[in-house]
Amino acid sequence: MAFLELENLRKSFGPNHVVQNVNLGIESGEFVSFLGPSGCGKTTTLRMVAGFEVPTEGVIRIDGRDVTDLKPNQRNVGMVFQSYALFPNMNVAQNVGFGLKVARRPAAEIRPRVEEMLRLIKLPALGDRYPYQLSGGQQQRVALARALAIKPQVLLLDEPLSALDAKIRVSLRDEIKAVQRELGITTVYVTHDQEEALSMSDRIVVMNEGRIEQIGTPFEIYNSPKTRFVASFVGTLNILRARILDAEAGRIAIDGQDVVAARGVAGASAGEMRSVALRPEAVILSDAGGDQNRLSGAIEEVSFLGSVVRVRVRFGDNAISLDTFNNPNAPPPRRGEPATVSFAREDLLVLDGAEAG
Amino acid sequence: MKSARLGPWIAILIGAIYFIVPLIATFEFSLRKRRGEYSLDAYRSLFEDSRFLQSFGYSALVALATIVVGVLLVVPTAYWIRLRLPGLRPVIEFITLLPLVIPAIVIVFGYLRMYNSSSWLPFTASARATDALLVFSYVTLSLPYMYRAVDTGLRAIDVRTLTEAGQSLGASSARILFSVILPNVRAAVLSGAFLTFAIVIGEFTMASLLNRPAFGPYLQNVGANRAYEPFALAVIAFAVTWASMGLINVFGRGAHDMAAPGKR
Repeated sequence: MAFLELENLRKSFGPNHVVQNVNLGIESGEFVSFLGPSGCGKTTTLRMVAGFEVPTEGVIRIDGRDVTDLKPNQRNVGMVFQSYALFPNMNVAQNVGFGLKVARRPAAEIRPRVEEMLRLIKLPALGDRYPYQLSGGQQQRVALARALAIKPQVLLLDEPLSALDAKIRVSLRDEIKAVQRELGITTVYVTHDQEEALSMSDRIVVMNEGRIEQIGTPFEIYNSPKTRFVASFVGTLNILRARILDAEAGRIAIDGQDVVAARGVAGASAGEMRSVALRPEAVILSDAGGDQNRLSGAIEEVSFLGSVVRVRVRFGDNAISLDTFNNPNAPPPRRGEPATVSFAREDLLVLDGAEAG
Repeated sequence: MKSARLGPWIAILIGAIYFIVPLIATFEFSLRKRRGEYSLDAYRSLFEDSRFLQSFGYSALVALATIVVGVLLVVPTAYWIRLRLPGLRPVIEFITLLPLVIPAIVIVFGYLRMYNSSSWLPFTASARATDALLVFSYVTLSLPYMYRAVDTGLRAIDVRTLTEAGQSLGASSARILFSVILPNVRAAVLSGAFLTFAIVIGEFTMASLLNRPAFGPYLQNVGANRAYEPFALAVIAFAVTWASMGLINVFGRGAHDMAAPGKR
C-alpha cells in the first residue's frame, strides 16, 4: 500500500471540473512532482491533500489513514507556498518554532529543534531577523524549515521557486532536493517548470485539464511521452504530422518522404494520420548514412544563440528544429539553403491517438 | 519654472490661512479672560471644574470600551469576509457606511424606542445599562472608520496564504486570528482606535439624548453659559484630536516597515 494515496479524486467548482479522476499512489520517502500548465489542476490537487480544498469526490489516505474530511490543522502535513507566507510579525526563529508552539511543545524542545532546522537550511545565524530583512531565497528556506520543524508526514511544495530569480532558483532547487533526501520525507512538488520537475523528482505526474496524462520517472516522461500533450509540454519536442504507410514495418511518411519508426506504430492502421515526436538532440544536420532516417528540405531559420546555433529546417507542412554547437571555423548555414537532416529510427516516437487527415 | 512652483505655494498659503487663522483667533480669544493681558485663566478655571475632569474621564472610558468592543466585532468580521465570504464585502461595506448616512439623532431615537425601560430589553432602566447602550451606539457610529481601517490593513497582507500557512502548522482559526492576523493589522486597528477615540470624546447627540455625563454635553453646557472657557475647550478638543491623528501617523509608519516587501 502506498504511503500517500489519492483515489478517484475529483474537484468541481460549479460547472467547472478542475480535477477529474486522479488516482495516484506515492511511496514513503518518494519525491513526486505534479507538472502541467496553469489551470491543469495540479495546485488544486495539492490543496486537497493539504486540506484547503474539500474533494467533490474521492478519498485521500496518508499512511493508511483516511484524511479526506480532516481539517488542514489536523493532518500533519507541511506546506511551502509560492509567496513564502512567513508571518511578518515574527522573527525567523519564531516562525520556525510556531508549529511546535501551537503543538504546546516545551520551550526546552522548541529551541534545539529550531536551531537544528536553521542549520539544515544553512541559516543558523539569522534566527533574530524578521522576514522583511531577508532575501526571497532566504525567506523560502525559512518557510521550508518552518514546514519541516513539525516533522510532517508529507511535505507539500506549491511552486516554491516561481517568485525567485533564475540563479537562486537553481541553487535552491538543489538544496530542497538535498534536504528531502537527508530527511527521507514523502514530498509532493507542484511546478509548471519542466526543468525543475525533471531534475528533482523520483517520479513526475504530468497533468492537463484536470487529468493525469502520464506518470513516470523523469527519464520515461522525457524519452517516452505517451501523448502529444506530454511530448509538447516536456522538453522542446518537434511534433510532426505523419501518415502511416505500413504499421507492421513501422513505415510512415512525413511530407511525402518515407521514414521508419522503430516503436509505437502498433495499433495504427495504414493511411491514418498520427503525430510523431522527435527530440532536437536526436537530429543531426547532415546525411548520417547507414540505416538512419533522412529528410530533405530547406533551412527556414537560423538563430545564433552563442554556444548553440538553433536551425529550423522545413519540409513542406512540417518543420524540425535542431541545435548545433557553434563552430568558429565553420559559419552557420544560410536561410534558404537545401539541407538534409538525419535521425535514428528509435528516436522517432509515434504518439497515441489518430488525427483528422 | 518659478511661476510653476508659485501656484502650489499660493494654494497652500490660502488653505493654511483658511484653517489656521480661525484656530489662532480661537486660541488668542481663549487667553483673554483677564482684562488687558493674556493669561491661562480660562484653562485654569476649566481644570478646576470637577465636571470637566469627570466628563472627560467618563468619555475617555466610554471611548476605550467602544474601541475594545469595536475591535472584537470588526476584526473577526473583516477577516472572515476577506477569507471566506468575499462576495459579501460590498454588502458589509454598505452596512458599515450607514451611520454616515443616518443622522445620529435618528439612531438614538431608534434605540430609545427599542430599549426603553418598558421594552423587552430595558437598557435605559439603569445607568450602567445605559452606559452599555451608549458604548454600543458609539461602536455603530465608529463602524465606517474602524471597518475601513481594518479592511485596508487586511488588504496589505496576504490573509488567505497566512491563514493557510497557520493551518498547515496545526493552528486553530482563533489562534491564527490572534497570533498572526491581528498583530499584522495592529497599525490599522490602532488607526481605527484613535479615530474612534477622537469621535467619541466630543460626541454630543447620543450622550445628551441618553442623558449620560459625557464630555460632549459638558462642552455644549459650557458653551451656552460662559464666555472664554468654550474657546479654551475648543482648543483642548483640537489638541486631543490632533494627538490622535499624530499617533495614527506614528503607528502607521511602523506598519509600513513591517510590511515591506521581502527583497533586500
